[in-house]
Amino acid sequence: MADNNTVASTLDTTQYIGVIIGNEQYGIDIKYIDNIVKMQRITRVPKAQPYFYGVINIRGEIIPVMSLRVKFGLEADEFSKKTRILIVKPEQQAPVGFIVDEVREVVNLADSDIDKSSNTAEQGSFISGVGKHSKGLISLMNVAAVIAEKDKEAAI
Amino acid sequence: MDVSQYLEIFIEETKEHLQSLNEQLLVLEKEPDNKETINEIFRAAHSLKGMAGTMGYKRMQKLTHDMENVFQEIRNEKMKVSSTLVDGLFRGLDALEEYLDNIVNNQDEGTNDNQDIIDLFQKELQAGLNGTAAPAAPAAAEPAAAATATASAAATDAQELLNSFTLTEAEKNMINKARAQEQKAYIVRINIQDTCVLKAARAFLVFKAIESVGETIKSMPDAQAIEDEKFDFSFSVVVTSKKTMEEVQAAVMNVSEVKSVDIALIDETKCETKEIAEQTEQAAQAATGTAAAAQTKAPATTSKKPVVNRSVRVDIDKLDDLMNLVSELIIAKNGLVSISPADLVRDEKNSSFRDQVEYLERITTNIHQSVMKVRMVPIESVVNRFPRMIRDLSKKLDKKMELYMSGEETELDRTVIDEIGDPLQHILRNAADHGLESNEERIKAGKPEVGSIFLSAYQEGNNVVIEVRDDGHGIDVEKVKAKAIERGTITSDQAETMSDKEIIDLLFRPSFSTAEKISDISGRGVGLDVVKTKIEALGGSVECRSVLGEGSTFIIRLPLTLAIIQSLMVVLGNEKYAIPLGSIQTIEDIPTTDIKYVEGKEVINLRGTVIPLVRLDKILDVPNAKQDQESLTVVIVAKGDKQAGLIVDDLIGQLEIVIKSIGKYINNSKMISGATILGDGEIALILDANTLV
Repeated sequence: MADNNTVASTLDTTQYIGVIIGNEQYGIDIKYIDNIVKMQRITRVPKAQPYFYGVINIRGEIIPVMSLRVKFGLEADEFSKKTRILIVKPEQQAPVGFIVDEVREVVNLADSDIDKSSNTAEQGSFISGVGKHSKGLISLMNVAAVIAEKDKEAAI
Repeated sequence: MDVSQYLEIFIEETKEHLQSLNEQLLVLEKEPDNKETINEIFRAAHSLKGMAGTMGYKRMQKLTHDMENVFQEIRNEKMKVSSTLVDGLFRGLDALEEYLDNIVNNQDEGTNDNQDIIDLFQKELQAGLNGTAAPAAPAAAEPAAAATATASAAATDAQELLNSFTLTEAEKNMINKARAQEQKAYIVRINIQDTCVLKAARAFLVFKAIESVGETIKSMPDAQAIEDEKFDFSFSVVVTSKKTMEEVQAAVMNVSEVKSVDIALIDETKCETKEIAEQTEQAAQAATGTAAAAQTKAPATTSKKPVVNRSVRVDIDKLDDLMNLVSELIIAKNGLVSISPADLVRDEKNSSFRDQVEYLERITTNIHQSVMKVRMVPIESVVNRFPRMIRDLSKKLDKKMELYMSGEETELDRTVIDEIGDPLQHILRNAADHGLESNEERIKAGKPEVGSIFLSAYQEGNNVVIEVRDDGHGIDVEKVKAKAIERGTITSDQAETMSDKEIIDLLFRPSFSTAEKISDISGRGVGLDVVKTKIEALGGSVECRSVLGEGSTFIIRLPLTLAIIQSLMVVLGNEKYAIPLGSIQTIEDIPTTDIKYVEGKEVINLRGTVIPLVRLDKILDVPNAKQDQESLTVVIVAKGDKQAGLIVDDLIGQLEIVIKSIGKYINNSKMISGATILGDGEIALILDANTLV
């Protein structure tokens, strides 16, 4: 954390992990990322929300795993070699796993590269802004909103 | 001085002292002439007073001071132990506990002066001493004694002080060097008040004070021993300083709780070269006869103290962390075992690998057991407050009774210990209030006048059993039955078919109290059902056996620990689930043809009991569950007197599992009480059988 902050403050940029979900690229603030693991066996939890596929074991800790595809209203995941689980640790909360199609790269974005007022994002509240970088646009994920329970209508 | 860092120690130790005072007072009440007990009480009260004073809790200090005065007079055989006095002392203890509670809650002792209790002590003191000695006398005597002590200490010959130590060559060199810089060397003996509780902290402050005026060359005992509080109430320091003797002395005296400071100038003879030093040493040896005696006397007094348990207090969270790590280690080890090439050719490499894995297995098992043991606390810490409670109840209810306890050393997991106090207290109160008859009734029934309550604890397999037995009149089944019908809990038809045991079990239903008059001790109808709920929440069970006219027994069974449970692993489809062994009664193979239907629901008739079936695969939406089998594997689980048969695909076996939470994110149906990690790293969910019944 401290390192990220110093990097961010000296260069005045924030680092995002670029991930692919469907045909869109999303960026997740690197400060939330605890770990990135390969797809592994997920233990189903009966009666859970449809986007929670179950729980996995990360070094003895039991972590619930959600499918961002299902959460974002896309068709269910097809696991491939590139599928990854991002272990995201929001502030003051227990970690949670996000299943993504692919993890691409780390993107550095300056504040000036981020368009916060953008209304182009499909999922509204899940996006905190759109970043512009050399390879195109990247939707910046609002991690707190994704984890929050209230948005049932979004997961059509 | 900032004492907040000592607050925790203070609270813990005060609790211990209060508990010991309680226990000793109970003994004293029975044996008013027991010298040892009186001494013990005096010591505990004295330490309490000192600690409260150090921490700045004036009211607490005042109250303990007055109690101490009373004990002092009793110890000196100037007054007798009367029952009013013991009552008063108990009230005093209660008041102290109140102070402590306040301190625990808001770090403040509160504003209650408890003047009435203090007055009572004063009165008792006066009455006890027949007014010959005013209660102020002992208080006045104390400073006087202290004063004489100081005086005599001050009068200690400086020579004796000088002779009481020797210097090494290196230390002499240092002193000589310092002297070359116009510094002087002193030997300082610091006597700390014997009421001081945190001696090491005081010593530290003394060293600080010395540093401000000079330099410490040597200390006796050495710094480490002082830090570990391995000294009586005095220690000596060799100091070099530019200041005068008086200035150094004053600096040290400034530290509070220092009773007196003896100081002497170290002259050159002490620092002469070897052979002279040796001569003086020899000469000194004869002279130091007294000093040596004094020194040997010090260890002698310390050895008289009871052997202190070598222990450390550890935050329970840290233990939990350790426990988690050990669980992980076991999982990792199991992983290694499973890839161990057991079926490969037995060459040297493989067998040595296997040896190592086996070795690892042994070690992890041992570590696991040790960590579990660390978390175990003797049940004593809960039950030791009960004798006092029974004594109070006895007075309040005007019934003679005695509590006999056994198996207090039985150990339970800390988490269980913390929760079991209230239910136990409730059952004991019940026994005292409802269980035992009044004195007259007992005599009439030909029983000894004094009623007995037995509390015994023992280990039984993976459970700890706590029994509370009384020799009272037992439970009147007919009365319970009548009451239950009157309350509409059961119908009279039902009552006909119920066994005595089933009737007694009705007592555990909510809002059921058969006490004819409601007292403030027990019997408000919120009784045994709360006990039962609490114990079941801990994964335990409670039952009651009673023989009319002979008494009742409450039997509580508790798991040794909450973090690790024994469970039955079952398979549904290709998923694994754990069912806690505690709720399982039997496992049955039932032919499908035996399934009957009652109101459209599947039931089986098992040895005369109709048990509803639960198809777990349906409830849990398990894909690929086995279908259309000829016979079903049914796990019979019970919650209280209700049973259910859980249909599973297959059984894996019994396993000791570590319970983990699955977190808050997932909408958790109540059926899943947690998860556990299996040997191969896979996760199995734990079913809460209680919600399925």
